[in-house]
Amino acid sequence: MSAARARLTALLSHAVLLWWTLLVTVPIAWTFLASVKSEREIFGDAWSPPATIRLDNWARAWQQAHVGRYMLNSVVVVACGTAGTMLFGAMAAYVLARYRFRGSRIVHALFVAGLALPVYLVLTPLFFVVRNTGALPLVGPFIGLNTHGGLILVYIAFSLPFTVFFLTAFFGTLPETVAEAAFVDGASHTRVFFQIMLPMARPGVVSVTVFNVLGQWNQYQLPLVLLPSDRDSWLLTQGIADISTTAGYDADWGALFAALGMAIIPMIVVHALLQGQIRRGLTAGAFK
Amino acid sequence: MNQHRRRFVAGFLAVPVTLYTVYVLSPCAQALVIALTDWRGVNAVPRFVGADNFRRLLGDEVFLRAAGHNLLLLALVPPLTIGLALLFAWLLTGDGAAGRTGGGAVRGAGFYRVVFFFPQVLAVVLVAVLFRQILRPDRSGMLNGPLTALGFEPVGPLAETRLALWAVLFVLVWQAVGFYVVLFSAAIVSIPRELFEAAAIDGARGGRLFLRITLPLLRDTVQAGWVYLGVAALDVFAVVWVMTAEQGGPDHSTTVMAAEVYRNAFHYSRFGYACAMGVVLFALTTGFAVLVLRLTRRERIEFR
Repeated sequence: MSAARARLTALLSHAVLLWWTLLVTVPIAWTFLASVKSEREIFGDAWSPPATIRLDNWARAWQQAHVGRYMLNSVVVVACGTAGTMLFGAMAAYVLARYRFRGSRIVHALFVAGLALPVYLVLTPLFFVVRNTGALPLVGPFIGLNTHGGLILVYIAFSLPFTVFFLTAFFGTLPETVAEAAFVDGASHTRVFFQIMLPMARPGVVSVTVFNVLGQWNQYQLPLVLLPSDRDSWLLTQGIADISTTAGYDADWGALFAALGMAIIPMIVVHALLQGQIRRGLTAGAFK
Repeated sequence: MNQHRRRFVAGFLAVPVTLYTVYVLSPCAQALVIALTDWRGVNAVPRFVGADNFRRLLGDEVFLRAAGHNLLLLALVPPLTIGLALLFAWLLTGDGAAGRTGGGAVRGAGFYRVVFFFPQVLAVVLVAVLFRQILRPDRSGMLNGPLTALGFEPVGPLAETRLALWAVLFVLVWQAVGFYVVLFSAAIVSIPRELFEAAAIDGARGGRLFLRITLPLLRDTVQAGWVYLGVAALDVFAVVWVMTAEQGGPDHSTTVMAAEVYRNAFHYSRFGYACAMGVVLFALTTGFAVLVLRLTRRERIEFR
């Protein structure tokens, strides 16, 4: 290839790649621009800079539009949901991968079958299941409708198929010898799991954790159904969608853009810090 | 020892199996039963109506349109996303003739990859809210600002029945492409170098090398992506519900099956009817996945 032709190819490549880069970054940059404009400026020219930078939009979004509250709720639910998913998912996967007992195949198959299940098939009955668990004695008030507890349990249950599927395969690849040596030394099954096998499975566990965190953070449908009426319990996705759709003409547009910005910034930071992990976690998920 | 073992197995499975049974398996079984009833209200007694709900679905214009929109997305989202992603992955990773070892074929490949991937980590709802603003029909929308400044009429894709679904399609592709760029780049890098070198000696390069060597070797990855994107296209909800006017409008022009399930169950309290829709959605999803996997298998045998 001649030098001139190589340069032309490189130039064309950059033109194509730059086109998509702009398509991705410009909408996001525009959101941040709008988030420091006044109401009048937002409805004026789309691309003109603001006369003064209005950070009060951000303050209003955080407090009056409750974005701070929604974000805290999301963090709590996703943290508990993922922790529970990983604990119970790893326990089930470990037993299914390394112990033979009657029915183990069927249990594994039932978990894996969940991968093919669209959430819309179960949405209606799920609502009533959660509503009914709310009437249980003692635990009811913590796991019924409009409770984070109930949503967390549902998140765990719906994250189990992928987690069990992936980790069963992973535990299956770990060598026998270390665990056997520990058993000879008199370690219990539980101890072997928590102190030997789980640490050995770390790479797999990390990937699946990333996958679950992003998946649960992304969730909109389940909170919409299971946290229907109590605004104080709403998650970030619900809250922002609500500010955007139902508020109509009374909407505080400055605050809406600030709220969007607030939800985007943590993801920029997380993505910058953990991009390798995130890529591995999500690409692992592509082959479910 | 044996009793310890049994107790350990039961102890470890107790919680996950219980949660899964209560929240996934039992609602799944219930859905199949409720779909055969006319259950309407929280306190009403459901009556068994057999396949009536399904018969009604066949004459329900809104649901049929929703299913049609899903099928259109199913036909277009996977090829557009995969096509763009393959192009970008090829430009970023090169074809083996160029320096494939470092960051990539073009300068700044790492930067491009990070930017392209970013929409993937944003919640779908945020993307929907974002584009609802970008596509605002007046000159304050991001798209219309420059258009009107250049003297064009402002466009409002979300306000027009003919254009709104294309906006949904665009947003779905916009968010998905980066993920597949990363996936395909990884697959290209894992192809043994010798294959490229051998082909290069035979005189293949550039686009030809990509079409003849790289693409066939990426087939499994592309097919996995196709299934994944297709299932996602059948399951679309948040983009339609949050971005479009009237939650699936204007005039039902963007509604999808998932939105109709939600609307019928939780706005109209037609629980039996909504479950029947869920069953149809489930059947389509499973049918699609099985179909693609079947075709794949046959082709693979012919290939070898």
